[in-house]
Amino acid sequence: MADEQKPGGSEAPGPQGASAPKPPAAAADAAKAAPPKPAAAHAPPKPPATMAAVPWDSDLARELKDRFGGGITEASTYLGQNFVVAKREAAIAVIEHLKLEADFDYLVDITAVDWPKRADRFDLVYILYSFARNERLRVKVSIPEGYRPETAVGVHLTANWLEREVFDMFGIEFDGHPDLRRILLPEEWQGYPLRKDYGILQQDQRWVQENLGIESGQ
Amino acid sequence: MPDATFLDSTELVLNMGPQHPSTHGVLRVILKLDGEKVLGTDCVIGYLHRGVEKIAENRTYAQFNPYVDRMDYVAAVSNGLGYCLAVEKLLNVEAPPRAQAVRVILTELNRIASHLLWLGTHALDIGAITPVFYCLREREEALKIFENYCGARLTTHAFRIGGLQYETYDGFEREVLAFCDMFLPRVDEYEELLTNNRIWVGRLKGVGVLSAEECKEFGVTGPVLRAAGVKWDLRKAQPYSGYEKYDFEIPTCETGDTYDRYVVRMQEMRQAVRIMQQAVAAIPEGPIMGKVGKVIKPPVGEAYVSIEAPKGELGYYVVSDGSTQPYRVRVRPPSFVNLQALDRMVRGGLVADVVAVIGTLDIVLGEVDR
Repeated sequence: MADEQKPGGSEAPGPQGASAPKPPAAAADAAKAAPPKPAAAHAPPKPPATMAAVPWDSDLARELKDRFGGGITEASTYLGQNFVVAKREAAIAVIEHLKLEADFDYLVDITAVDWPKRADRFDLVYILYSFARNERLRVKVSIPEGYRPETAVGVHLTANWLEREVFDMFGIEFDGHPDLRRILLPEEWQGYPLRKDYGILQQDQRWVQENLGIESGQ
Repeated sequence: MPDATFLDSTELVLNMGPQHPSTHGVLRVILKLDGEKVLGTDCVIGYLHRGVEKIAENRTYAQFNPYVDRMDYVAAVSNGLGYCLAVEKLLNVEAPPRAQAVRVILTELNRIASHLLWLGTHALDIGAITPVFYCLREREEALKIFENYCGARLTTHAFRIGGLQYETYDGFEREVLAFCDMFLPRVDEYEELLTNNRIWVGRLKGVGVLSAEECKEFGVTGPVLRAAGVKWDLRKAQPYSGYEKYDFEIPTCETGDTYDRYVVRMQEMRQAVRIMQQAVAAIPEGPIMGKVGKVIKPPVGEAYVSIEAPKGELGYYVVSDGSTQPYRVRVRPPSFVNLQALDRMVRGGLVADVVAVIGTLDIVLGEVDR
């Protein structure tokens, strides 16, 4: 763990050293962040606050950038795992292109991550795999709350249930989905449990009382 | 949900489950029938939803480890392995060789235990009463080894992030080898009962066919994919825990029907024995824990790690914000994804075959619903 942090720490000052005001600001940030966590007092230097991903240099990454231009905003690799960040309008086109032209014919998973403080609140993550290349690739898309991303069902049938689960847990509605209903929770349930503002003990009390005949599910 | 056509006089809507023995748990299937013929299905799931992914965000990395055992509760060891590998990837550490060998042994033993439960209950669904007694008898021996190793039979929590929870006990190698020697002839015994049995063949051949293309479209993995002729197994394609060191085959078939899936799983049990025998013969000496601090605090980042669980590709997508608790843990459950193909497999078939197809998908509802 310590080994992992050191290269990141020594790399970071390099590019920052060029512009003078940045390092103190970063140090101040680190100092600010330190007090709430008592363990940080004797911890090694704070690890970088963002993912220490490095650019992903490959034929496929170049091809995607050529084909989609601004549609692909980042192509990186972290811990040996490649991912591209796509503009939300381009996401399905990128996935379709990867399926038809680059053999990424297996959609492993679709999921989301909630970052409530960000303007684009959700990250949609598509995990792809190619049997022919034996390679994995993640396609990430940032979307604001209320945005209706295009469905991937037209490209991969498996997206059907996976998108239903994302809708169920995060309230992201997929445009053009053939059957967008809750899948794990009851259809009348209020709220989206995997959002960060949904408490761990929170429940739809009204649903519980009406349907289970008990005061509380806790 | 039923649409207007359900009211057509020739169509019948039949509710199966959630309390139905052949749904292997709390799965509810709404069947649209025309006489004996299945016109369509709608799966209602979520009865066992416990919000495992939400719980993960409110526990430390180590605290969440036992929770994953409760997803695929007949293959808890595999669940634990996948989770530990994912967090180890984030930490950029690897379990030491000794831990890896023991992990492989226990995981393969768990594969056998899981396949045995599948075989017994599947045969029971088809109407063969005897195999389930034999299967549970042998599964008991496997569970005893788990119990001796970690004190638990099902929810084992056998692995720790960075290595193993416990050192092996005295006689571990001997007991595993004894199990292997005992087990191989027993697989022949099951096959004697079933493989050429006319009723068994008649009920399974040509039922619930899922082609290789359909498998890929639906993201179906594991024995179902291999029965359709795709020679793909994560233990070979992207080896983890030292699987590249062991010599074993990936059994495949061609047509992708229910019978082929039976054949593939039977062969997989034999291959699992092969792997265990090789691993037990060469458990390296050394520590059982890698360099992981008391407080597990991966740097900011994300990783997706998947393993070949008995049911298919089991993946963990873990996002770290640099704190002691995971920011997000996504479980990619093979049962959930495979179950989606049920509709395609039973449509146009007979209602009695629905039972056979649910059995052959080998779903565990704890994992479907999480």
